[in-house]
Amino acid sequence: MLKYDLAVIGGGPAGMAAALKARECGVAKIIILERAETLGGILEQCIHTGFGLHYFGEELSGPEYAHRFIEQVEKTDIDVKVDTMVIDILPGNVVVATNNTDGLLEINATAIILAMGCRERPRGALDIPGSRASGIMTAGTAQKYVNIDGYMPGKKIVILGSGDIGLIMARRMTLEGAKVEMVCELMPYSGGLTRNIVQCLDDLGIPLKLSCTVIKTHGIERLEGVTIANVDEHRKPIPGTEQFVECDTLLLSVGLIPENELTRMAGIIIDPVTNGAIVDEYRQTSRPGVFACGNVLQVHDLVDYVTQESQIAGEGAAKYIQSKSKSRSRSGKCIHVKAQNGVRYVVPQNINCTTDGDVKIYFRVTDIFKNAKIVVTAGDKVLYSKKKKKLAPGEMESVPIKLEDIKKIDKQDIIVRVEA
Amino acid sequence: MQYDVAVIGAGVCGAMITRELSKLDLNLVMLEKCNDIAMGTSKANSAIVHAGFDAENGSLKAKLNVQGASLMAYYCNKLSVPYKNIGSLVVAYSWDDMQTLETLFERGFNNGVPNMEIISQEQLREMEPYISEEAIGALWAPTAGVVSPYELAIAATENAIMNGARVKRNSGVFDIEYKNDMFFLSTASGVIKAKYVINCAGVFADQIAKMIGDESFKIIPRKGEYYLLDKTEKKMVNHVLFHCPSAMGKGILITPTAHGNVLMGPTAIDLDFDSKLDVDTTIEGLDKVKSDVRNVIPQLTTRNAITSFAGLRAHIAGDNSDFIIAQSKANERFVNVAGIESPGLTAAPAIARYVGEIFRKMAPEYQKKEQFISRRPAPIRVNELSKEEREELIKKDSRYGKIICRCEGITEGEIIDAIKAPCGARDVDGVKRRTRAGMGRCQGGFCGSKVVEILSRELDIPMNQVTKFGNRSKIVFNKTK
Repeated sequence: MLKYDLAVIGGGPAGMAAALKARECGVAKIIILERAETLGGILEQCIHTGFGLHYFGEELSGPEYAHRFIEQVEKTDIDVKVDTMVIDILPGNVVVATNNTDGLLEINATAIILAMGCRERPRGALDIPGSRASGIMTAGTAQKYVNIDGYMPGKKIVILGSGDIGLIMARRMTLEGAKVEMVCELMPYSGGLTRNIVQCLDDLGIPLKLSCTVIKTHGIERLEGVTIANVDEHRKPIPGTEQFVECDTLLLSVGLIPENELTRMAGIIIDPVTNGAIVDEYRQTSRPGVFACGNVLQVHDLVDYVTQESQIAGEGAAKYIQSKSKSRSRSGKCIHVKAQNGVRYVVPQNINCTTDGDVKIYFRVTDIFKNAKIVVTAGDKVLYSKKKKKLAPGEMESVPIKLEDIKKIDKQDIIVRVEA
Repeated sequence: MQYDVAVIGAGVCGAMITRELSKLDLNLVMLEKCNDIAMGTSKANSAIVHAGFDAENGSLKAKLNVQGASLMAYYCNKLSVPYKNIGSLVVAYSWDDMQTLETLFERGFNNGVPNMEIISQEQLREMEPYISEEAIGALWAPTAGVVSPYELAIAATENAIMNGARVKRNSGVFDIEYKNDMFFLSTASGVIKAKYVINCAGVFADQIAKMIGDESFKIIPRKGEYYLLDKTEKKMVNHVLFHCPSAMGKGILITPTAHGNVLMGPTAIDLDFDSKLDVDTTIEGLDKVKSDVRNVIPQLTTRNAITSFAGLRAHIAGDNSDFIIAQSKANERFVNVAGIESPGLTAAPAIARYVGEIFRKMAPEYQKKEQFISRRPAPIRVNELSKEEREELIKKDSRYGKIICRCEGITEGEIIDAIKAPCGARDVDGVKRRTRAGMGRCQGGFCGSKVVEILSRELDIPMNQVTKFGNRSKIVFNKTK
C-alpha cells in the first residue's frame, strides 16, 4: 500500500489546479491519477480558442491552457500516474486503481480530491425513437474523431442541442468541409455561451432552430436523415410541424453529467440537481477528507472557473491535512445555502460556521431573465443584491458573501434567488 | 466448397443446432447474412428463460420450452454464458386475474413445469417490495430465469468451431437450387454446396423455404420495443415480472438482466411481410412500455434508461401457433426450424437436441465423433477476478491493466480477446456484445473511438473501414483536411 497526503483523482484542469494549490499550501506527498494517456483531460481535444480569458487574461486553445498547468506540475515532485483508472474508494480513504504497469494499486491518502470531470448525455437517455443506424454520436465523441484521430464522422450534419460542444463542433465540422444543416434546440433559448452562438453559428450562416427537436432517426445501416418538429411550451412536438432533414450524422449536445460513479461508491451524498457531491465552502464532501471540484462537482461553462474552484478545493484539502496532523478537527455546525425562485442550484450548499474567509456562491438560473435582480438573504437581512441586464441558464453566476456577514448569521439559511 | 450440412442463420437456434451437429463426423457450415452472430431476434428479445406455463398442452412449444428451461443451466455452464435462475412471477391485479393464474398453473402443471405456486399479496410484496399496491397475488415459477441470448449464440458458435464447424458471415443466401442430391446455395460470398440444409433464418425462414418451393408457412415480423435501464435501478425488481395476460393482451414484463440491468418491454405490433428489417423504435411503442410499467412498479421510470431498442419475433401467419421444426414437404433433406418466437430462446437447447434427433434419423450415415469438446472456456472477465488473480494476469499481459470502457470496467486485453476469438468480433457492436464495452451508461461516448482504434489495429484495416455492425454502418468517413 502506497501512502500519500493527498490523492487527486483526475488529471484534467480541475485535478491539476487542485494538486498545485495543495502543494503551494505546503502539502508534501501528492499523487495525481489520470485515466487517459496524458494529463490535460478533455482540454486536449478542444483545439479551439477561448480558454483562459478570465484566468490568464489571454485567449488560449484547450491544449495550451492545459499545458500551462502540465508544465507547472512537471516542475514539482507531484507524482503522476497516467493510463491509470481508479476503480474504488475503500473506507479509510484507500484509493484502488489499476494500470498496465502496477497491476492493482492501493493508495492510502489522508485526503482525496475528486476531479473526474463529466460525460455527455448519450442518445439512450433522450428517448429519440427510430433506427439504430451508425452516425449518431455525442458532439464530444465527434470532436475526438476530428481533432485527435483525424477522421470526419460525417458529411451532412444535424446537431441536436445547442450546448457549447455542439456549437464548437458546428464550426469545426464546417471548417473541415462538412455541411452542417442546422442546430436544433428543444428549449426556447440556447444552453451555450452567447459568444459561441455568434462565432460558431451566426458567422457561418448555420441556422439555430429554437423550440425544435429531433423526433425520429431514419436509416437502417447508416443514418439517412432525421425528422424534426417544433415543440410547444411543454416541450411536446407539435403535430403538423414535422420536417424530414437529410443527413448522415446526428451530433448530440444535450447536456453533461458529472461522472460520480466513484463518488456514489464511496457513499458520498449527491445533490440531485447538480448531480455532484454536496460540499462546503472548501468543497469538502459529506465524507471527511474527500473533496470535489471541477465538472464532477457542477458542470461549468468556462474552464477558468474550474481552475478557481479547484484551487479552493486544493487549499481546503491542505487545511484538512494540516489540521489533522495537529489533531484538531473543525466543528460540525454549518449554514445551509439554498436556491430559490429562478435559481436552479447553488455550490457550495453548506458553509461552516467556523469558516475563515469570504465565500463565493456559484449558481445557475432556471430561465432567461432580463433586467432582473440577484438577491441573497439570510433571515430578513439582505447580504447581496445586484441588478443584471441578462441572466441565462447557459452561464454560471457567482455572488460574494463577506465573512463578517457569515459570522452574524444565526441558524438561518442563506437564500439565493432572482427577483424579476 | 462442399459440405454435408449447411445451417442457414446464426441466431441462437442456428448456433445451438450447429453445435449439436458438430458432435457428428461431418462437414458443417453455418451461413449468416450479417457481419456477426445473433444479429436478428437473438440480440433483441426479453432474454428470459420461461418456466413453460404459456404454451398449449401437448404442443411442441410446451415440450421444448419445459425441456429447454431445465437444460439451460447445464448449457450455460458448459458454454460459460451468463444465466441466473431467478424465477418468475405472473402478477394478478383482480379476481379475474387470479382465475387466470389458476388456468396458467394447471396448464403449466400439465406441461410438466415443476414447483409452481400461487402466492399471496404478502408473499409477493416480500419478494418484490416495489410492486404496485394493486397487485393481489402471483404465480411463482422458480425454474424461470434470465440468460444473455447473444452470448449464448456466440458461445455455441465458438464451441461448434472448436469442434470443426465452419462459419461464414456476410453470406446471406439469395437462391437455392437442388440437383443430383445436392443443394446449391447462392450466397453473397459465393456458391455453397450441401447435402442437407437446416433453415434457421428467423423472420426470413419463409423466404428461404420458398427457395426450394416450400410455401407452407409465412412469417410475420412482430415488433417488440424495450427499454434497458442502468444497473442503478436493479433494486427495483428481483424476479421476472409478467403482467397477468388479460383481454387487453399479454402486457409487458419487467426483469433484471443476466448482467444486472433492468429490462422492460416488449410491445407487440405486427408489421408487413416486407418490413423484416424494421427495428425502429416508435413514440407510441416506447410510451406504451412506460405507461404499462407504471402499473406494475409505479416508482420505476425511464429516467435512468441506458437505451431503448426494438426486435422482431418470427410469428407464423394464420392459426398455427406452434413451432415448425420438421423436414420440409418440398424436400426431405431440408429441415425448417421456423416460427421460433417466445419461448424460442428458452427452448433453444431443446430445439438443438430435437433437430439433432431429426437429423440422425434423416441421415443415419453420419457417426458420432470420438472426441467432442463440450466446453467453451470462459472469456477472461477482469472485474470478476480476485485481487490476486487480477494482479497475476496484468503481470502476464499488461493489456488487462488498461481500462478502455469506464462504465463497465472493460480492459484492452478483454477487447482483444473478443476480436481474436474463434468467430471473433469484427465491429463495434460485436465487441460490445462480447465484452460489454460500450454497454454502460455513457453508451460508448468515451470508449467508442478507442474500440474503433483497437478494431482498426487488430483487424489491420483503416479506421474508416471499421463499422458499427457491418456493411454501410461505418463510423467515420474520410481523413480531415
